[in-house]
Formats: sequence, structure tokens, C-alpha cells
Amino acid sequence: MANRATRPIFAPVDIAEHERRLARGLVEALPEPILIVADGRIVVSNDAARAVLAGATEGADVRLAIRHPAALERLLGEDTAADEVALVGVGGPERRWALRVSPLSGGLRLVRLADRSDAHAAEQMRVDFVANASHELRTPLATLVGYAETLREAGDEVDAATRARFTAIIHDEARRMQRLVEDLISLSRIEGEKFSPPGDAVDLAALLEETGRAAANAAAQRGCRIAIEAPAGLPPVAGDRAQLLQLYDNLVANALRYGRSGGTVRISAAAHGEEVRTAVADDGEGIAKEHIPRLTERFYRVDATRSRSAGGTGLGLAIVKHIVERHRGRLVIESEPGRGTIVTVTLPAAAAAGAPS
Amino acid sequence: MRAALRSLAVAEEAHRPAGFGAERDELRALISQMGGLAEHAIRESMRCLMHRDSAGARAVVEADARLDALEAEAEARIVAFIARHPPSDEDLREAVAALKIVGVVERIGDYAKNIAKRVPQVDAGRSDIEPLSLLPAMARIAAEMVGDVLDAFVARDAAAAEQVCARDRSVDDFYDSIFRALLTFMIEDPASVGRAAHLLFVAKNLERIGDHATNIAEMVYFAATGARMPERQRGDDGIGGR
Ligand SMILES: Nc1ncnc2c1ncn2[C@@H]1O[C@H](COP(=O)(O)OP(=O)(O)OP(=O)(O)O)[C@@H](O)[C@H]1O
Ligand SMILES: [Mg+2]
Repeated sequence: MANRATRPIFAPVDIAEHERRLARGLVEALPEPILIVADGRIVVSNDAARAVLAGATEGADVRLAIRHPAALERLLGEDTAADEVALVGVGGPERRWALRVSPLSGGLRLVRLADRSDAHAAEQMRVDFVANASHELRTPLATLVGYAETLREAGDEVDAATRARFTAIIHDEARRMQRLVEDLISLSRIEGEKFSPPGDAVDLAALLEETGRAAANAAAQRGCRIAIEAPAGLPPVAGDRAQLLQLYDNLVANALRYGRSGGTVRISAAAHGEEVRTAVADDGEGIAKEHIPRLTERFYRVDATRSRSAGGTGLGLAIVKHIVERHRGRLVIESEPGRGTIVTVTLPAAAAAGAPS
Repeated sequence: MRAALRSLAVAEEAHRPAGFGAERDELRALISQMGGLAEHAIRESMRCLMHRDSAGARAVVEADARLDALEAEAEARIVAFIARHPPSDEDLREAVAALKIVGVVERIGDYAKNIAKRVPQVDAGRSDIEPLSLLPAMARIAAEMVGDVLDAFVARDAAAAEQVCARDRSVDDFYDSIFRALLTFMIEDPASVGRAAHLLFVAKNLERIGDHATNIAEMVYFAATGARMPERQRGDDGIGGR
């Protein structure tokens, strides 16, 4: 316990001036927040420390700068445990630091703060992801269980029409869960392959035709027209055929789902120097500006109810983003509310991306 | 004698006022330290609640005694401070503010302790109570308010103190929506009433912590400017509350 009554009061407050200058020079040169503390007072602090800790002026009582009880025990008391203390919300709302105290000679103590905000944010994302994924699975699962139980308990009392309706719902929900699980698996597979560049030489014109054919049914249901413009003689891109199909399937599915019913979805491809630029455009209601940066987050949807009722999992654009990254390409989403959305994917041509293996 | 020694030790710092300036510094440091204990207790109690850590919760409850001890020490220092010197207006203002802040910080510690006490009774790991997901966000704002108001206190920053008060709104909003959600939950599933009631108390404690952070902010403002903070937008002044 930090007991102020028993700790020495004089001790090394007045370290020699030249030592102090040396220490200050050293500490000031380092980018991370650093304090040197003697007898509960800050003897030296650097700019970084003063930026993060409100009261870290030289000469001040260290308790004005650092308040965490465990940190203070290491600073004021006999507790010389070397393990770090996690500081939360210091120097900004979401920021995290690992504080370490190491004893120096003459009773001085060196205090270092390592920025852990990024690591913590990454960990938080992982936790959120697990929570979101289970939440997404729970909803269809509850429906499934509910309808199945009703059917079983009601037995013969259910007429054929109701039974058919219930089994259809069960089927749809089960399919949705299946899609979700498949998307999750495919997402983690793509992520796992992130550092191995894809090797096929893919003819995008043919691939986009195939995408269009695959979407014909969905387009007919929405009364949409799909127009494809891909000039002959496009250079092949270095790609993973299956993944690229998945990419354009997702973009076209979005364009059909969120585009105007009865509208037109345009798929285009054109060579630009060493790259091939492809685009999927719709003339739907578009996306408000503030949502655009977040669309590639897993499970992010502008309108969750609408996406769900259309069978969406909210993973489509996350998958697109990862595929584009693996292909060393670029993804740009532009939208004008009321006018439509255009998603551009630029991929390096096969020769430019290095020899296909 | 200690104070005198400390004054000597500190007087060599040119930018530091000699005499009872040192006593005042010691007092401020003590209050900051107390605030740190309270702030930590809020975060710890909520962590224990969400992770069902009964042992950790017990440690939070026990650590509250330290806060009480520091409160007594701070009070004694404030009284001695006023008694020993003929205080200037500014000193008196600071002493009065300090006295009030010390009491409020101790109360904040009590609210955190109350949260910790409920940990063994609340099975927060069962996530079927949806409002549960709102509690950590609410707690984070409340703890940040306490942290920010302590920063404002350390820096004697009246503007920062005002900003703390503005944030109390969102704590209140959180409380309202948690209250409503828990109520619906209890009506739909009477078996959950016990658990939901505990969570409601947790939310109430957090809401009170937010109120008390604004109380401190008002004192910081008063000590720094000599004026009362312009009328805050908050409704009730929160009487009772547990
Ligand atoms: N062309 C578009 N026009 C308008 N909004 C769009 C468009 N494309 C995507 N969005 C918005 O972005 C959100 C995320 O899209 P994403 O493809 O990641 O998920 P999803 O379509 O909901 O589900 P799925 O995983 O089945 O694709 C959608 O829910 C929708 O709100
Ligand atoms: Mg989609």
C-alpha cells in the first residue's frame, strides 16, 4: 500500500542539475510518454507525457498526473512489481495504455506508457465479431425452432396449407443460416490466403458474362435489365477465378437488391494502362454519405431489416473487400442518394501483376 | 512537521509558491488520488459484473475502505488548512470546493461498491437480457466523466468542467432507455424480475455517478471562476437514489 506517512520525504528530489538535463535530453528524444519520478514528484516529463497526462508538469505531485491505484502503488509504495498496469481513457476517450514503472538508481523511478489503443481496438473487433456472428445465427435459429415445435406439437391439427407455409419458412431460415455459415467460412479462407497472390490468368469479359447469366433469374424477379459492356481484347488479370466470380456475384446481387425495381444494372470493364477497371452500377436510391466508409465492415447494413428480409447476411461487401485486397486491387464505392450507386473494382493486368505460376 | 519539510523541499522549485502553497498542492494531489480510486472502482465493478468475477468484486468492495480513509485524511487537512491561515477569498473558495468534492468522490466510490456488491447475484453471463449490452457503454461514459472532471480539477479548467456537465445528458438518456427496456423485459418474462431488478439498480448507480461527476464539475467551475456554473440543462437534482 502506498502509505505517504512512512515513505521518505527528502530523498532524491534534488538530483544534480546536469543529471537532470541529461535525463531530460534522453527522455525528450523518445516518442512515447515518459516520466521520471522521485519521491512522488515528477522530476522530468517529456512532451508526449504532457500531451497525454493532464497534470504531468515537472515539479508536480505525480498523483495529479497518474491516478490509477495500482500505478500509484508502484510509484509511491514499496510495490516494485514489474508487470504493467492498464490505463483506460487516458489522453482520449477510447485510448488505452500499458504503464510500466522501473526503478532507476538513487530512488528515481522511470515511468513509461506504451500505446495499446490499436491492439485493444483489434481485440474489441474480434470480440464484437464473435458476438455479432452468434447474434446473426440466433435469430434464424429461434424462428426455426419455433416453427418446428409448433408443427410437431400441433400434429394433425395443422391443415396442409399451414404446414406448407411453415415448412417453407423453416426452409428459408435454414438456407439463410447456411449462407451465413458459408460466407463466414469463405471470408476466413480469403483472409487466410491474403499473402499468397492468385495465379490464374482470368478473362474478365467471359467472367462478367457468366456473372450476368447467373443473375438473370434474380434480375427477372426484380424486373431489372442487366447490361454488360466489356470490349473484346481486354488483357487478362491475375486472379483467382472462383473468388472473382464471388466478388461480382456479390456486387450484382447488391445492385439488384438495393437498386430500383425495373431499373438497369450496368456491368462494365475497360483497360486502363496496366490495369483493368470494372464497375457495377445501379440506378437505385443510393447510399447516404455517412454509411459509405462502413459498408465493408462485417454485418454492417444501412437497413438491417430490409437486408435480412431480402436474405442478406451483411457479409457481402466484407468478402468483396478481402478478395480485392488479395488481388492487390482497389475498391471504390460511390453513390448519389436518389440517383444510384457505382462500385468500381480495379485489378492489375496479369503481366503487370507478375508472371502467373 | 511533515508539511513544513515538504514546503522546504518544494520551495526550491522557482515556479512553485512557497508557504502553504505546498499544503494546497498536497491536498489537490490527495483529491486526485481519491478520484483515481473511485474511477478505477467504477471500471472494475463493471468488468466484474460482465465477467461474473465475484472475487474481483469483493476486492472492489474492500478497496472502498481506502477511499474512506483518504476522505478522512483530506477532510482533516482541509480543516487544518482553513484553521491555520487566515485564508484569502480564493483559498477559502478552493477549500470549500475541495471539501465538497472529497465528499462527492467518496459517494461515487460507494456507488461503484454497490455495483460490485450485486455481482454475485446477477448472472450477467446469460446474455438473454438485451439491455445488458447497454450497461457497459453507459458505464464507460460515466467513468469517462469522472476521469474528465478530475482532469479539469487538476488543470483548474472551467471550460472542461462545463463539458463534463454536458455529457450527463447521455448518461441520463442511457438510463431512460435501459429502464424502459428492462421494464418491458420484466413484463414479458416475470421470472426475470429478480435479475432485471439488479441490473436496474446497477443502471441507477451509474446514473447517480454521472450526476455526481457533474456536481464535482460545478465545484471545479466555482473554484476556478468564483461564479456558479450557468444553469445546467439537467432536470432533477437526484435525491436519495441507491
Ligand atoms: N448498390 C447498393 N445500393 C444501395 N445500398 C447498398 C448497395 N450495396 C450495398 N448496399 C448497402 O450496404 C449494406 C452492406 O452490403 P453487403 O453486401 O455487405 O450486405 P448485404 O447485401 O446486406 O448482405 P449479403 O451478405 O447477402 O450481401 C447493405 O445492407 C445495403 O444497406
Ligand atoms: Mg450484399
